[in-house]
Amino acid sequence: MTTCAPLLELRNLQKHYFLRPNLLGKPTATVHALDDVNLTLSAGETLSIVGESGCGKSTLGKTVVRLHQPTDGQILLDGRRVDQIGGAELKAFRARVQVVFQDPYSSLNPRIRVRDTLSEPLHNFGLAKDAAAVTQRVEELLDMVGLPRDAAGRYPHEFSGGQRQRIAIARALSPRPDLIVCDEAVSALDVSVKAQIVNLLGDIQKKTGLAMLFISHDLAIVEHLTHRVAVMYLGRVVEVGNRREIFGNALHPYTRALISAVPQPDPMNKTRRKLLTGDVPSPIAPPPGCRFNTRCPFATDLCRAEVPVLRAVGGTHQIACHYDNLVEAAA
Amino acid sequence: MDTPTQALPPLPDLFPPQPRRGKVRRLIVQHPSIVIGGSLLVLIILLAIFANWLGTVDPYKIAPAKRNRLPSMDFWFGTDTLGRDIYSRVLYGGRVSLFVGVSVAFLATVLGLVTGLIAGAYRRLDAIIMRLMDGLMSIPPILLAIALVAAIGGSVLNVILAITMAEFPRMSRIVRGVVLSVREQPFIDGAIAAGSTMPKIIIRHILPNIMGPIIVQATYICSAAMITEAALSFIGAGTPPSIPSWGGIMNEGRMLWQIKPYIILFPAVFLSVTVLAVNLLGDGLRDALDPRSATRL
Repeated sequence: MTTCAPLLELRNLQKHYFLRPNLLGKPTATVHALDDVNLTLSAGETLSIVGESGCGKSTLGKTVVRLHQPTDGQILLDGRRVDQIGGAELKAFRARVQVVFQDPYSSLNPRIRVRDTLSEPLHNFGLAKDAAAVTQRVEELLDMVGLPRDAAGRYPHEFSGGQRQRIAIARALSPRPDLIVCDEAVSALDVSVKAQIVNLLGDIQKKTGLAMLFISHDLAIVEHLTHRVAVMYLGRVVEVGNRREIFGNALHPYTRALISAVPQPDPMNKTRRKLLTGDVPSPIAPPPGCRFNTRCPFATDLCRAEVPVLRAVGGTHQIACHYDNLVEAAA
Repeated sequence: MDTPTQALPPLPDLFPPQPRRGKVRRLIVQHPSIVIGGSLLVLIILLAIFANWLGTVDPYKIAPAKRNRLPSMDFWFGTDTLGRDIYSRVLYGGRVSLFVGVSVAFLATVLGLVTGLIAGAYRRLDAIIMRLMDGLMSIPPILLAIALVAAIGGSVLNVILAITMAEFPRMSRIVRGVVLSVREQPFIDGAIAAGSTMPKIIIRHILPNIMGPIIVQATYICSAAMITEAALSFIGAGTPPSIPSWGGIMNEGRMLWQIKPYIILFPAVFLSVTVLAVNLLGDGLRDALDPRSATRL
């Protein structure tokens, strides 16, 4: 990775959802979907966001691509703020930041042909001069994602789940973006198809040099394709590091628990699992102090009182824990 | 003793090959109500269109000498108190009913689509538009139609306008409902990310995906409009009595219905069968266009 300014930077990003406003328009409850998220992503890099269901991963993805408006904080693309822009600026932003969704069945309009799905961004962003240029680009995109060229004239229902996800990826690639947000992009696919799509994403990144924000709960796949990992818990980032730092030397007790829960293919290689008990607390009323303190086996009074901030612990490794290595210290 | 390598009995065929059937045959088997409703409706439409060539006489021609005749070979449905041929009047009267039904269905669909799409797509206008629709829906359709016809005069066009005003809020609500469910689909988010603006998303992505329920609702509005038109004519507040219409013929036969029931019977049967045909068609289309049903047209 180069040391120049990051492609994408999130500063203190916050997203709250306000529930059931009362008669005076004041919300009766607030969902803390994202709180104080600070992350950077360099050009050509893959950053994975991992965590349990409901930890705010998908909200993060949707906020980054400006499908949801952040409540507070900043989003910077190439050092320029993009969280408040609209109109022509927003359009230029959309051409650079694309998204692939989880469900390949509902993410494509069933009533329009693949050609029209793929050319829609070209028309909207004014990226094709004439019909011939559109056709050429559509064929190029189909080649890129490994679909036959005659797919252009067909409807989404004629394709399998994996093929549909290839179409969705082609749509995202269509305006030649710098960043693609993959929101659980392979989670709904069969294992064999999942591997194909993951490899396809890797190949495309090598060829085009685009950056990826890969949102997933599948640690095995994340380990296979990512450069860096950010672990989220209940709307906060608890640990960030490169692949080796996270998978080889996780320091946060939550990350440890997540990694130990990954199924091991070798039955002889029995690791001691540090399984978590209890459920994730409600994001409407997150616990005070460290949000993990209700499930952390090592929680102290400090954890229940003060919110730990994300701090560097050597290299690119950062954790949001009051202690340097709670798991080892307790063992 | 049997050897263990004895051949196993053949497994029963779980999915025996279906006999090949033609498209028409399959349609009849899978969606009988579309076929029955559609054929009846086509038959009635043809009767109304080709009324001139179907053994009719001038429906306006008064013949005092031949009044109140029973149905016979000369007068298939009998004659009314002015001696007019009821068969001819029923066939010509069908034109009014069908024209009102189709026009109201079309106009209500267009109005309902415009208001429903705006309400569903732009959340800020949603509450305002829907409260207006609630207001319109709280007035009984026949009462609203009577008031409008009384205010702007009785003509077929005014009847159509009056019934449309009463019927389109229902279409508007349905359109809004399906728009709200479609806009939650990820492909709408995908279109936003692809740079499409709201008007383009509505036309390209939402509209084609909501046509099923709208077509079905349009058929129900069509049949409701025909009934309302007949009711308005029956109470003398709708189509002017000079134009024969099913409700009007029934109104004229009202005085004598205990001694000459056939005057009311024939237009009533035609109205009932037409409404039944349209409703059958609508029911069949609802089943056929429902994305959850496995077999589609």
